[in-house]
Amino acid sequence: MTRLDPVLAAQRAARRREWLEKLTGMGFAFPATLLLVVMSLAPLAVLFVLSFTDYDLGNVDLRFIGLANFSKALADPVFRQSLWNTFVYVAIVLPLAVALGLLVAILVHGRKHTRSFYEVVYFLPVTSTLIAMAFVWTFLLHPKLGPINAFLGALGFPPLAFLSDPALVLPTLAVIGVWQLVGFNMVLFLAGLTAIPKDLYEAAEVDGCANPIDRFLTITWPLLGPTTMFVIVTTTITAFKVFDTVAVMTRGGPMGASDVILYSIYLEGFQYFHTAYAAALTVVFLVFILVFSVIQTLVLDRRTHYG
Amino acid sequence: MASVRLRGITKSFGSTQVLSGIDLDIADGEFITLVGASGCGKSTLIRIIAGLEPQTSGHLAIAERPIDHLRPHERRVAMVFQSYALYPHMSVGANIALPLTMQRLSLMERLPLVKHLSPRRRRVMAEIMREVGGIASQLQIESLLERRPAQLSGGQRQRVALGRAMVRHPDVFLMDEPLSNLDAKLRVHMRSELAELHARLQSTFIYVTHDQVEAMTMSDRVAMMDAGRILQLGTPSALYARPTNLKVAQFIGSPAINVLPGEVDSAGRVSIAGSPLPLVVDRAARGAVSVGMRPEALLPQAPGGPGERLALGTRLRRVENLGAELILHCDVIGLDGVTVTSRIPAGAAPVAPGPLGLTFAAADCHVFDAAGERLAVPGDATPATSRPMPAPLASDAAS
Amino acid sequence: MRKLASLVLIHAVLLAGAAFTLLPFVWMLATSIKPPDEIFTATLRLWPHRFAAGENFRLALTSAPLLRFALNGLIVCAGILVVQLLVAIPCAYALAKLRFPGRNTLFVLTLLALAIPVQVPALPLYIALAKLELLNTYFSMMVPFFLSVFAIFLLRQFFKGFPDDIIQAARLDGMSEFEIVWRIVAPSAWPAIAAFAVFSFVAHWNDLYWPLIVISDAKLAPPPLGMMFFADAETGSNYGALTAAATILTAPLVIAFLFARRQFIAGITMTGVK
Repeated sequence: MTRLDPVLAAQRAARRREWLEKLTGMGFAFPATLLLVVMSLAPLAVLFVLSFTDYDLGNVDLRFIGLANFSKALADPVFRQSLWNTFVYVAIVLPLAVALGLLVAILVHGRKHTRSFYEVVYFLPVTSTLIAMAFVWTFLLHPKLGPINAFLGALGFPPLAFLSDPALVLPTLAVIGVWQLVGFNMVLFLAGLTAIPKDLYEAAEVDGCANPIDRFLTITWPLLGPTTMFVIVTTTITAFKVFDTVAVMTRGGPMGASDVILYSIYLEGFQYFHTAYAAALTVVFLVFILVFSVIQTLVLDRRTHYG
Repeated sequence: MASVRLRGITKSFGSTQVLSGIDLDIADGEFITLVGASGCGKSTLIRIIAGLEPQTSGHLAIAERPIDHLRPHERRVAMVFQSYALYPHMSVGANIALPLTMQRLSLMERLPLVKHLSPRRRRVMAEIMREVGGIASQLQIESLLERRPAQLSGGQRQRVALGRAMVRHPDVFLMDEPLSNLDAKLRVHMRSELAELHARLQSTFIYVTHDQVEAMTMSDRVAMMDAGRILQLGTPSALYARPTNLKVAQFIGSPAINVLPGEVDSAGRVSIAGSPLPLVVDRAARGAVSVGMRPEALLPQAPGGPGERLALGTRLRRVENLGAELILHCDVIGLDGVTVTSRIPAGAAPVAPGPLGLTFAAADCHVFDAAGERLAVPGDATPATSRPMPAPLASDAAS
Repeated sequence: MRKLASLVLIHAVLLAGAAFTLLPFVWMLATSIKPPDEIFTATLRLWPHRFAAGENFRLALTSAPLLRFALNGLIVCAGILVVQLLVAIPCAYALAKLRFPGRNTLFVLTLLALAIPVQVPALPLYIALAKLELLNTYFSMMVPFFLSVFAIFLLRQFFKGFPDDIIQAARLDGMSEFEIVWRIVAPSAWPAIAAFAVFSFVAHWNDLYWPLIVISDAKLAPPPLGMMFFADAETGSNYGALTAAATILTAPLVIAFLFARRQFIAGITMTGVK
């Protein structure tokens, strides 16, 4: 019997270690798990439930009304307009922010002495407080006081009401959105460009691939593929979440021409306190974001494609 | 006629001089290797020939045509890079075809969507793929044409890089250390493949390496470079048997040449550690010199005899058994810190660590002055560093 | 020669873009030092005839507690960051190195939570905070951000690469798991933690949506919300003071950026480096 004791003791010690590890693991993960449940999962569940009710903040009780909120949203001209506006906004911001980011990255990539300077300048809008800059933009675009209209006037054009003309307001906000995003995309593309081995370009030059268009089509663009996809998805998600400029510069106006999804949700949920309706709108918003995020995850898997 | 001529090539990066006045004549069909330690400028020189770097001054000509103003793809050269530089997103076939698609299709016929509109493109592409197939079978990679570079082994990638170079039928093949990324066994195999390729194509090959074995075994002529200059240009045998510079002597040959410190007196007589040798040098050199002798020239044979062998007292420290021969590592008695190696065929009388008398002949000595330049011995042909006229080609030297 | 031409063209394009990028900043600074009468004559002048920086900035600082806003930003961002790290580091370590029941489920849940922006749980969280009478507090501003799923994901990646041997050796030396996490493993991830800190700080300094919802008292407002309150009070009148306020509120991050450029860029583009 004495010969088995060390074996048993070792087994017991191993089991105790395992149990201790499990306890420690759960203990370390506990705060995060708690927060996850309380801050993300529970609210998500509440959101879903609320979207099927008629609750307004301050009501005493609530009734389940099924999909009524959703059908109301689909029929609601205000919501449909904000959905449409958001998509138009993304449609303008996406190609511009990606193409300009790529262009600037390619131009800056080859610079030796001026590279830091351009990196800093183009990245400044990303670090600036958008609200503060939004006010500056409001002033810049002012029909009577702003330098942009003064400049147009000097060229002989009539002044443009950038923020009060329903046809101009979305493109204007889109340009400001692009202004804030180009630096970010530039940095992402620069990282992608740096990853392309230099001797590929040299081999291509010896092979006859000499002019910039050929170099771009044969080497740069294909090897930037994963980076480009990633930038596209990130830009789309960021543009979809536009809120700050709308809230500060136009408040959805003029006449709902710049009303976007998040602003609609904000108004319904936190100004009019139509809580359940806002919950339904939030669910719609979430669905779109999830679709984009899924695409993003799939794209990331492809990033290590080229060995 | 794909001769290559370099005159006065210099290159500086800012204040650093990387190449100082390179003159070189390479004959059509010659296999010439630029060899030297890292930083000697050999890669820079081959990149200048390719047109990837402009020279600071000097002229280049290929086939008697000046090429200084020509862009790389206009120079009719092809280059194999150390990392192979295969386009990772293209198949092997597309990689090899690229030089031809660049050459034969116009820009419109290459643009992404527009290209499908051109009927000529289909015909030209079929032609190109036929040529690619031909090259691929020469290199025995036809089965790999659909694969991506990432799926290939090192040796296979090397052959694809070669194929991409061959498909252009260039005047000159430039190779920048193409074998350094392969393991030892594969390197030996690829050495003979490259030599056979050269014999088959009979094109001019300019090869860069830091491995002296590659330089010796593959080349018609070798240019040993150091600090931006060509120290010696000649056949492999010439560099081995008559090195004109101590650095050349030490770089070429394995195990490295033995170097003993010596002196020259006013009469030109050479002595080592005070003992004079029957060796007199031509130039009025005096003072410290280096005396070199190859390991196979320093043997445990009896002194005197028909070769007038001279004695060198040593202590044998270690024997390396290479199978067919033994390398004896010895400490020289009387010269602190100086070690020599002797190379003897295996099967000679067994040697044990301890005192060992080695002997050498004066005729096997190479004497270098304090600056490393070879000192001529009466009866020698005049030593030369770089010759403006190309030496006669050894025909099929490797076989 | 053609090299020179292309160089000129490249810099021309880049400088044009740079000019457009800098336009708001330059105009903000220029306007903040102009007196009202010069602002209301729409000229393209940059430099004012009369230097009015003093009065504009003084007005901005006195009519709104701008420095208070900046301080609030500091308190909120620092508070958020500290709790984020306290929560994320042990959790990331547990996910990377320890085996416990529910580990894989937790990991999948964190991945899912990564896709959910803060605007989604905002509504229910607001209701809960309202019922708990916790609105209009620093706590309410920080609460939804205490859990940074991004930090957990990022640090888990890092910790996975940490050599197990060192941890085993530390255990043999008698170190508790808690000590191992904080004294050995976490310091090794310092670059990632620093970059994340920058990312988190910038994101929450510039956040408007959540503070807008939970804060109505200007004394607690972080910079973006403070700017909104300030502008409401000054709408249409004093652009000089407005741009002076904008300058004061934008300055901290921009100056920090100019000093710690590498960290900033690495931090903010962490989303691209997964």
